[in-house]
Amino acid sequence: MRLLPHRPPPALPLTAATVALTLLATGCAAERDPGVYTIMNSGTDEPYHSWDQEVMDRCGAENGVQVQQLSVPADQLVPKALRMASSGSLPDVLIIDGSDLPQFAETGGLVPLEELGLSTATLSEGAISFGSHEGVYYGAARSVNSLGLFYNVDILAEAGVEPPRTWAELRETAAALTEGDRYGLAISALATEDGVYQFLPWLWSNGGDERDLDAPEAVEALEFVTSLLDDGLASRSAVNWTQADVNDQFIAGNAAMMVNGPWQMPVLREHPDLEWAVVEIPVPEAGATPVAPIGGETYTIPRNSENPEREELAARLVACLTTPEAQLDWSTKGSNVPVDAEAAERYREEVPQLAAFVDQVQTARSRTQNVGTDWNVYSQAIGTALQAALTGEASPADALARAQAQVESELRSRS
Amino acid sequence: MTMMVNRTSAPAVRERSQGVGAGPGRRGRLAQWLFVAPAVLYMLVFFGYPLVRNVVMSFQDYTPATYFTGEAPFTGLENWWAVLTDELFASSLWHTLLFTVGSLVGQFTIGMALALFFSRRFPLSGVMRSLLLLPWLIPMVVAGTVWRRVLDQETGVVNEALQGLGVVSSAIPWLSSPDHALISVILVNIWIGIPFNMVILYGGLQEIPREVREAALLDGAGPFRAFFGVILPMMKPVVTVVLVLGFMSTVKILDLILALTNGGPAHATETLGTYTYQLSFLQLDFGQGAVVGNVLILISMVFAVIYLRANRDGLEERR
Repeated sequence: MRLLPHRPPPALPLTAATVALTLLATGCAAERDPGVYTIMNSGTDEPYHSWDQEVMDRCGAENGVQVQQLSVPADQLVPKALRMASSGSLPDVLIIDGSDLPQFAETGGLVPLEELGLSTATLSEGAISFGSHEGVYYGAARSVNSLGLFYNVDILAEAGVEPPRTWAELRETAAALTEGDRYGLAISALATEDGVYQFLPWLWSNGGDERDLDAPEAVEALEFVTSLLDDGLASRSAVNWTQADVNDQFIAGNAAMMVNGPWQMPVLREHPDLEWAVVEIPVPEAGATPVAPIGGETYTIPRNSENPEREELAARLVACLTTPEAQLDWSTKGSNVPVDAEAAERYREEVPQLAAFVDQVQTARSRTQNVGTDWNVYSQAIGTALQAALTGEASPADALARAQAQVESELRSRS
Repeated sequence: MTMMVNRTSAPAVRERSQGVGAGPGRRGRLAQWLFVAPAVLYMLVFFGYPLVRNVVMSFQDYTPATYFTGEAPFTGLENWWAVLTDELFASSLWHTLLFTVGSLVGQFTIGMALALFFSRRFPLSGVMRSLLLLPWLIPMVVAGTVWRRVLDQETGVVNEALQGLGVVSSAIPWLSSPDHALISVILVNIWIGIPFNMVILYGGLQEIPREVREAALLDGAGPFRAFFGVILPMMKPVVTVVLVLGFMSTVKILDLILALTNGGPAHATETLGTYTYQLSFLQLDFGQGAVVGNVLILISMVFAVIYLRANRDGLEERR
């Protein structure tokens, strides 16, 4: 322990050093077993991990190889993949979040999928743009997700209100539902991706754009969210809540409505007595198009200069893992939306409860579509502005003006 | 603790100085080096290399592409300039200072009070002392996650209790207001650090012979006089160790703050630890992250030197 300035027995460091040197000497040159392919993802949670393994086993068998699934926690996936890249030990298939795809594609470390014979002919435009960086298609998607407005059916029925469709209706409904310890709405406003992701539907649906953060549309959007907290319709603790926390608040009955994604379904299903439904995120005015962020994973194939022939089999695995049938199967189990248009329609019929997400995904866009690898600069600035405004540290206009300046100076220092 | 170590190492030092007089042969010297080699090798591989790498990295344009191409062009002082002129760096430094000083003062005062309390023998004192160790055994992340719930503005136990007792009229935004968050984080860290301080200081108190205390009391010193005039000066080496080790583990805090507030709200609890994490692992700007890491290392090094000096002085006093 750290309080003891102790001396370890000399045998220990010697062994450690020997092991380390052996690893250094042999680690890089490790031969890959031609019969075993590795796929790295962030599916550490059950039942997702087992579901993935089932599909991978099937696709492996079809191609005559064994597939190993290597799962690491989502927030460690990128650092881990980068470390593996530096030692040339990346897996055969790397499943990364769509918003991280540009970072990897930019390095030249990913193989364009069309080079490996994966055609984009049957894919929807949204699916292609989701998996592309600068016009090149690097990542095949299986399913995507977005945000929706979940509401507690019983509470709304009791208050005699309908789920809101516009900002004005959202405010009224939330006010009618706020009572005692219960808030009308729960949102996440963390400064990290959780909170930023949740702010984007307000920003984008109002015609705002991350590239123009001090524009009136953006200020209006932030003012709207801030007013929900100022008027006591949503909890001030939102600045500390992850999206999972928001879900807990909703389940506990501390909020009548929440903004959240379909990935909360497994937890919601554990509470069968809670009756909920989901609609699209309210828009500024009736008739406006909701624009929410699209999220999800993409299947990429890292370059393998030592064994290029492995790339081709990896591509066949990716194709097998992302067929419309596989998409529908996974989406139904994991409550995401299939990327394939036809599969999405069948999904709408099979899972009517989540139909709102199918609509939401149609008009949604990816975070990196316009700003590519610079997204994390924007994300950081938006997160800071969001928290500054919600905690009253700055007015929405000032907070966004600062964010815009921060982005500009940050981007200048990058170029 | 240190005293134990000092006591065992003192004779070794003496023997070695006698050995030098006799003059070891060439074989003897080789043997000496062989004994030292494993430790040196270990230090070089596991401490020296990462340290040097981190310093070099802070002068490079180190991006995700570097991991694929291995190329990281040197950019001189660009990273340093970008970080040092960033407002967030200044506020992180300030928060780190407040956090460290606040935590140490709180941990030390309460730890010392408890150590004095437990140095009197009373029924169940041993059991209670062991129970107080519990916060120390809990992983930081677990403690942080639990405290985040406990301090929640609406549903947290603390606010419920305070309001129920009528201490406050409206809920305190412990973690959701930029004005309160840093204080709340410090309070949680004090809670975590008390056991460490108590255990070490309690050990130190046991080393002071009873007679000394009794003599002071007999000479007419009141309890305060006895503490500040006799006990505290005698515990100086232990106190130094507690404070310096406490400083080094507090100044680089990361896990607790990430679990509690993520550095927010509005960067109110951003410290050097969370700032370097943000830069390196969220913005993937490893060069700038390394700069902040180096600043942290520099700060820790200053105090490591103080620690080593204090240790050596203690050793010499005893010889």
